[in-house]
Amino acid sequence: MRLSELQEGESATIVHVGGDRRLRRRVLEMGLVKGTRIRIEKYAPLKDPLELVAKGVHLSLRVEEAERIEVEKAD
Amino acid sequence: MDARPLTIALAGNPNSGKTSVFNNLTGTRQKVGNWPGVTVEKKEGHIRRGGREITIVDLPGTYSLTPFSLEEVIARNYLLDERPDVVVVVIDATNLERSLYLATQIRELDGKVLFALNMADMARARGLVIDAAKLSQLLDVPVVFTVANRAEGMEELLEQAIRLADSPKPPDRSRRVKYSRDLEEAIGRLAGFLESRIGQRLAWLPRWTAIKLLEDDEVVKQRLVAAAPEAAGFVLEAAAKLRRHLAERYDEDPQIVLTDERYGFIAGIVREVQRADARRRVDVSRNIDLVLTHRFLGFPIFLFFIWAMFQLTFTLGEAPVAWIEDGVGWAAEAAAALLPAGPLQGLIVDGVIAGVGSVLKFLPNILILFFCIALFEDTGYMARTAFLMDRIMHLIGLHGKSFIPMLMGFGCNVPAVMAARTLESPRDRILTILITPFMSCSAKLPVYVVLAGAFFGERAGSVIFALYLLGILLSILTGRLLRSTLLAGADAPFVMELPPYRMPMVKSLLIHMWDRSRIFLRKMGNVILVGSVVVWVLSSFPQVPVEGPAAGGSPPAEAAGHAGEARGAQIRESWLGRIGRAVEPLFAPLGIDWRGAVALLSGFIAKEIVVSTLGVLHAVGEASESGGDLERALLSSGMSPLSGLSMMVFVLLYLPCLATVSAIRRETGSTKWMLFSIGYNTSVAWLVSFAVYQGGRLLGYA
Repeated sequence: MRLSELQEGESATIVHVGGDRRLRRRVLEMGLVKGTRIRIEKYAPLKDPLELVAKGVHLSLRVEEAERIEVEKAD
Repeated sequence: MDARPLTIALAGNPNSGKTSVFNNLTGTRQKVGNWPGVTVEKKEGHIRRGGREITIVDLPGTYSLTPFSLEEVIARNYLLDERPDVVVVVIDATNLERSLYLATQIRELDGKVLFALNMADMARARGLVIDAAKLSQLLDVPVVFTVANRAEGMEELLEQAIRLADSPKPPDRSRRVKYSRDLEEAIGRLAGFLESRIGQRLAWLPRWTAIKLLEDDEVVKQRLVAAAPEAAGFVLEAAAKLRRHLAERYDEDPQIVLTDERYGFIAGIVREVQRADARRRVDVSRNIDLVLTHRFLGFPIFLFFIWAMFQLTFTLGEAPVAWIEDGVGWAAEAAAALLPAGPLQGLIVDGVIAGVGSVLKFLPNILILFFCIALFEDTGYMARTAFLMDRIMHLIGLHGKSFIPMLMGFGCNVPAVMAARTLESPRDRILTILITPFMSCSAKLPVYVVLAGAFFGERAGSVIFALYLLGILLSILTGRLLRSTLLAGADAPFVMELPPYRMPMVKSLLIHMWDRSRIFLRKMGNVILVGSVVVWVLSSFPQVPVEGPAAGGSPPAEAAGHAGEARGAQIRESWLGRIGRAVEPLFAPLGIDWRGAVALLSGFIAKEIVVSTLGVLHAVGEASESGGDLERALLSSGMSPLSGLSMMVFVLLYLPCLATVSAIRRETGSTKWMLFSIGYNTSVAWLVSFAVYQGGRLLGYA
């Protein structure tokens, strides 16, 4: 499923980072590589962007960017 | 002992504490913020240790050394071209993995590298323990513990850096990232081509260059072509072939594969050196964020902060403003008493003291405003404003990060235009720069305070607030317009870190406040002083013969009215008055008379001058017994509230001041954009003022 489909508080593992080069590059640089465990911290008040926690770091990305990231939901 | 001068470069992620390390090492005062990319400019500090000259260079904070953002290109080019003796990589201990990502890339450049393991105390508080000795051993890099915000470990860092610079031992290349077999093979082949075909003309390590070519790095490709035009074609061809081969082999862009493998290498190191304590402390920062970016509370709190900022700026500033007014009045009286009546007295009292004084009194407001902005930055709230605002900014086609420069625009457009550098895409940058002048800067505030105070009395605050909102509205409309016309195209990625909230240090807040206010004061010292004198000269010559003994000096109170009239007549006939009357037809449809027109023209030098010019033109430059003279003069000049409003709107929107215009030129790198900004803003100002004035008249307001 896509990262953007996760609800607040849900956790997942990154399977694949897609999108254009610049986006992929930036996402990977921030440490969101394949196999990284993430948790959706919250969505911004206007539902976009979203905030996630990965490796203790809080990152924010737009929903349209999260759509490009494929994840596997953890139970 | 070697006395060779040394250069030490500081590299690190944004928010890693790199700027604090720099401040501690050099003692230089500069901005310390939580906003990623706050140190965009190359900053240097010179110190002496044991009789030798040491230059410390603060590189922009970056996450990587790809050529995608200005900061990264700056940092990389510096490391490649200037070859500092030692690169100190400031490692954020709370975020070892990402810090090491940058660090491994810096090590691939083959310089001498030293790690400053910063904020280990915070990492410990979060339950992370790092084995520095192991890290040092695994990567063959000396590691020094530092706590930059408490200035701990600085001496040792410097000592180690010097020792490393002097050591003859070359860096150990075996402790580098090793890529998988196919990648290494491709790197090896490409490096071989580089050596045989380009050889000595290659300014960089063949291995590093080969990796960059496999990443399809545009900057490296271009520089390769420039260095060896005839051989580069072959090498680039070979690189493209290898890239295609690898893409097929891994079913993935080689650039991504390289990044993945670097992270794999780092993950291995982190596993060895970092131990996570099971007992995790409560994440205080997270709890704060639950409130500050809350679904329902986030925006009200945000608006409250902005509102509080403006309230503080004006209410808290009231008393000191009055003191300064008194002081200026006293100085004018003293000068008038000391100097003989005549042109010199006029120049000093009406030109210099009245002009500078009318602007100086806004210093308290400006100090408080800058203090609030520094508070936002230092606590980490600035990044949250981007998080909250991105959706809205995105509607204008902007990045959430654009909000910061725009917010700073409320203080002063000059640093705001410069702050737009944190935006990665040139298109976003230019757009942000072009709409920033619609953010009403603090220099325009004196104009509103005087005009709104004169015409709207009790409701002045609301009128000024509405003006700020109008500026924001027009920036949105402009953003949308430009985004769909001159600056159309895809958005840059938003992905951004939300750094932990930090307790700001009062000292650092005061330094920031002062650093920025200094720009304002410096402007007072030259631009405004010169502007005031020029305006006074233009308004005093050619001299009109005057009747009565009260002319040109500080008249006794009973003669003040008469002298004021004489001064008014003088200005009417002066050069300034002539210029104003010549352009009056342009301003008449806006309800602005020749005096207003002259004041607006003089405002190009600096917006505050509009007030002092109005003061001179309405002949209130003479020693005054209390403040509020200009307000009274404006009221009795026949200006209506509607024309006052129209004038404020014009001041809000028209061409940016001289300093901002030159900053726009520098930051966009183009005279075209500078001229566009001047023309566009002035046209918008005219149209909106026209609509306000004529619309108001239609609605029956005089």
